[in-house]
Amino acid sequence: MTLNMFVQHFINALGLGSLYGLIAIGYTMVYGILRLINFAHGDIFMLGAYFVFFSTVMYKMPWAVGVGIAILGATLCGLLVDRVAYRPLRSAPRISALISAIGVSFFIENLAVVVFTGMPRPVVQPPMLMKAFSVGGVRLVPLGLMVPAISFVLVSGLLWVVYKTKPGLAMRSISHDIETTRLMGVSVDRIIALTFAIGSALAAVAGIMWALRYPRVEPFMGIIPGFKAFIAAVFGGIGSIPGAMLGGLALGFVEIMSVAFFPKLSGYKDAFAFVLLIVILLAKPTGLMGEKLEDKI
Amino acid sequence: MLEIRDLNVWYGGIHAVHGVNLSIRRGEIVTLIGANGAGKSSTIRAIAGLVKGCKGSIEYTDAGGKTVQLAGKQPEVMVKLGIALSPEGRRILPHLTVEENLLLGAYTRSDKKEIAENMEYGYSLFPRLRERRAQKGGTLSGGEQQMLAVARAMMSRPDLLMLDEPSLGLAPILVEEVFRIIQTINREGRTILLVEQNAFAALRIAHKAYVLETGDITLEGTGAELLENPKVKEAYLGGA
Repeated sequence: MTLNMFVQHFINALGLGSLYGLIAIGYTMVYGILRLINFAHGDIFMLGAYFVFFSTVMYKMPWAVGVGIAILGATLCGLLVDRVAYRPLRSAPRISALISAIGVSFFIENLAVVVFTGMPRPVVQPPMLMKAFSVGGVRLVPLGLMVPAISFVLVSGLLWVVYKTKPGLAMRSISHDIETTRLMGVSVDRIIALTFAIGSALAAVAGIMWALRYPRVEPFMGIIPGFKAFIAAVFGGIGSIPGAMLGGLALGFVEIMSVAFFPKLSGYKDAFAFVLLIVILLAKPTGLMGEKLEDKI
Repeated sequence: MLEIRDLNVWYGGIHAVHGVNLSIRRGEIVTLIGANGAGKSSTIRAIAGLVKGCKGSIEYTDAGGKTVQLAGKQPEVMVKLGIALSPEGRRILPHLTVEENLLLGAYTRSDKKEIAENMEYGYSLFPRLRERRAQKGGTLSGGEQQMLAVARAMMSRPDLLMLDEPSLGLAPILVEEVFRIIQTINREGRTILLVEQNAFAALRIAHKAYVLETGDITLEGTGAELLENPKVKEAYLGGA
């Protein structure tokens, strides 16, 4: 493999990995607070992609407007899922909420088939983002650089919210002790809603960029990326935001590089993610950056 | 300030508190003593809104003279009403720094200057916390965690400070310090409800005291009266 090709694969992996990371953050934040795996999260990602498809391709709105609509729409859907499917089960056994999550996921997917039809639809990429240029012999398109850059900016912003603001403090506090957090005057339901809103907005951004990268949308497009992002979250240490991003990048690199170096194995591409999951669960069950809790009483 | 009438608390099928009546006047230190499982914590947790199965009336009159019914209210509204609880077992957030724990106590406050002043006040009460401000709560010793729990509850500038077993697990010298600070806080105009197993220490500083036994109040009086009461001496102060 030439260096040029390697750099191209590298940027490709960075893009795919940061998309996994963006989705993984939604899983990890909700898990960190509620100990719930929000299976509907991959479907919020799908909805984000569809919303941007409808607004820009079908209704010919400008991209900026379409992106805004997609983020807002997916965020509202994420909030609705929390309100309807999870909040009524807050004090129920954890398994009930998990089953509810699976149910919601199937519901959204099948509703999407009914409403959007099951037919995959092509997304028209803005030509501006696809205009190839070359740097030192490496051919690049702006989209390839935009995806990791946007992801990086969003994750930095999120870390600032979580570690430097009051709602962020409340989130970190709820994840350890809901009762004490309430005693301090924090409205827990509101903070949980905020968590769903942030996770859904990030999933929508990922969905939009995914739709641009593989230019099409279909109702089940959220399942595999959702699973892989979940694996990324576990790999990075579920509950940890930097861990989710790191896990996403690791997964992106494993997937792209394995195919790049061993083209014969390309059929097993999706299996690598699960192999990675098994290895990490055997070697370090808390994930790369998962915290080990030592409470002193 | 606080009027409790006929408070009953159930945990699952267990009737933990049977019709307790209790009243707290502004400016007092009121203590609730009793053995383990007598219903002290259940009572204080019911006031804080942490108990689902409770019945009875809990009337709170705030500094402005307005009276509200606390029974059935959620715990997160108590801070805004001027009530703060330092819970049993301290419940420090181990992964947050001392400073973040304190900021959490000021969650309902938005005035930055006031928060900074309150934090300064907490550090002046407990200078040890200032030294450890950047340390994670989980790395503190038991005594330091207790100080942090009290300072955190004080961050909301409560009118009524409720303390659930502040002496639990502390060395005698620290118990003395914590109780001294409770008195200081009280002298500055805050009303205190103190739940304690350490009856001697609690009665010494209390203006008014109640003895709880298996869910019923069996004795009440001033702290000094109960210290001299033969029954209390026999049951809680190790005879003599």
